Amino acid sequence: MREMNARVVVIGGGVAGMETAGQLARAGCRVTLVEKNTRTGGHLNDWYHLFPDRRDSTEVLKYLEKHTRHSDIDMVTGATVESVIKNHKSLIVKIAEHEDLEAGAVVIATGFDLFKSERKEEYGYGIYDNVISSADLEKMFREGSVRRHDGRIPEKIGFVHCVGSRDEKVGNLYCSKLCCVTAVKQAMEIKKHFKNAGVFCFYIDMRMGGALYEELYRESQEVYGINYIRGKVSEVSENINNRLIVKVEDTLAGRPLKMELDMLVLMAGMEMSEGGQKIAKASGLETGGNRYFRSADHHFGSNLSRVSGIFYAGTCVAPMNITETISHARAAVMDVIDYLRNKES
Amino acid sequence: MKAEGKKRVWSEYQKEIADDHFFYVRSCIRQSFFPGSEQFFLHFMRNVLGKDVFENPSHTTCTGIGYHGDIVPFSTIQTVVARHFALMKESGYKNIAISCVTSFGIYTEIIETWKHFPEELEKTREYLYKATGREFDIPENMAHTSDIIYKFRNEIAANASYRLVNKQTGEPLNGVEHIGCHYSKMFPKYGVGGAEFPNVLGGMIETWGGKVVDYPERRHCCGFGFRQYLVQANRGYSLSNTAKKFNSMKPYKPDFVLTNCPGCNMFMDKWQYTIKEIEGTVYGQNGESIPVLTYEELAGLVMGYNPWDLGLQYHMVQPEPLLKKLGINYDPDDKFRTKDGRQMPVPQNLINA
Repeated sequence: MREMNARVVVIGGGVAGMETAGQLARAGCRVTLVEKNTRTGGHLNDWYHLFPDRRDSTEVLKYLEKHTRHSDIDMVTGATVESVIKNHKSLIVKIAEHEDLEAGAVVIATGFDLFKSERKEEYGYGIYDNVISSADLEKMFREGSVRRHDGRIPEKIGFVHCVGSRDEKVGNLYCSKLCCVTAVKQAMEIKKHFKNAGVFCFYIDMRMGGALYEELYRESQEVYGINYIRGKVSEVSENINNRLIVKVEDTLAGRPLKMELDMLVLMAGMEMSEGGQKIAKASGLETGGNRYFRSADHHFGSNLSRVSGIFYAGTCVAPMNITETISHARAAVMDVIDYLRNKES
Repeated sequence: MKAEGKKRVWSEYQKEIADDHFFYVRSCIRQSFFPGSEQFFLHFMRNVLGKDVFENPSHTTCTGIGYHGDIVPFSTIQTVVARHFALMKESGYKNIAISCVTSFGIYTEIIETWKHFPEELEKTREYLYKATGREFDIPENMAHTSDIIYKFRNEIAANASYRLVNKQTGEPLNGVEHIGCHYSKMFPKYGVGGAEFPNVLGGMIETWGGKVVDYPERRHCCGFGFRQYLVQANRGYSLSNTAKKFNSMKPYKPDFVLTNCPGCNMFMDKWQYTIKEIEGTVYGQNGESIPVLTYEELAGLVMGYNPWDLGLQYHMVQPEPLLKKLGINYDPDDKFRTKDGRQMPVPQNLINA
């Protein structure tokens, strides 16, 4: 247990970082949690209800905050980590405009950035008033008011799946895993707000691979009457009445389709965070073709980097939902403890 | 609609446009259908701006129409384009100025092909050398002539006699801009403003005082589409595409359409006549059709050139409604007279006349 006294620096105060820090502290480690924003919680601060059970996201946030309020956790917020450099047996964490931190182990939990929807120019995000992102809609749900830009209630709403995912044109070949189920959840929320609204999801294929996802998808059709149209939206424009015109190929009907909508929601995918990319580059840490951190082994070392003492937790290695992120963070804690106990002195 | 969103897109597609010393390559059809356009471009560049624009009389068609009609193989068109580059090299120029969107698309497609498949470039060098003994360099700078007018749009505004404003109402004129599919849809980086929200023509309209209309079928094909028109049996499809565009823009009450591509101008102009003849539909206000102009023609009008010297009378849709809105004085009797005063035959069934 000699090395358990060494400090562990956790980089990133989102779900993965908070869970990692909390569990490490409970296991007896001294932890410094470094978060670039002034507030911890990461993307969770922006979400409304979580799938598959539509739990209020604040419940998860409260759980994480409770566990990170620990005497052995030093919280450093508003601080941007620049690099992690191996220095003999310890690791030096360089932080912009802060003193360096020396650590026995480092857990990188830098998470993901949402794909910037304006990069899919054909959808007109940031140009057409009523084209919004899935994150914008979450914010509207939280504020309790889903409205068009002109304040009117949207009667016909579309959801575009795979915005920035499975898309060679933007350099993201991978599936972000969560956008399909988020669209299903958000479509149902819309119907709860506006019972008579027409809701249409435009998808490539429905990837409902998580626990209870398929059931949710079914419920959305049977109970809420959500319409699913297999086909990718090719372009969006606006007509003189300020309504959106969406062109899509309905690949099941085998014909092009043009639809007038009041609001279009772009299901933004996940990308390796910009902060994570900078750390990877500055620290010489390996990344994959998808730009996420490359783990040492897919099966046995998902939390391990190729540098001893540096570990990964959560969506900095691949898209994950919150359940998976928490599990991945806990697994990282196991690896850190194992490392601190057994590393050569 | 958020203008700043468009500006953000434009900022990502700022292409470099050479300032001087251009090797000019003409379009096959522009001199027939819009005879004043290329003439104005050369006059403006050489005599107004004092730029060096060189033409080589040995320049030929790029064979783009044949290529898109599936009768000219890719290796042939690559060699034809390589020959143009050889003429440019022999003339001592490095900046090419292309007067046709079809050709521009061909040049961009071939240059990109050579970048990604260098073996095609080597093959083309060999074909050209064996056939003609010529060698070539890839241009250092490639611009469509609308890019160049866009670059000098402020100079045109500074020399303007008219602004794109309705003289009666003081309101900006509504301009539809149509960049043409082959300008930047294949390779957005080659177009000013990219492909989705291009700014090459819109930038001219706004700089000269007009307002750009953003209508739902803005991105849609003009109706030419090569095989849609070149195969006679498909011409109904060509026409229906043009009708789709005009039906979409009609509610915005456009005062003019500004085109980039010779084919687009021809079809958006002449199919208005055809649609009117077939079903009596017109798309402008007060029973009129919408004048369709090239960017050189619009620049010339703004700068106060005689509309008949610019060749506006050779369009099917006549420009008089637009000239009246702009407050341009014109002599109707001069319309079909040669420069030495001889009366030419007056075409029948011109619309808006």
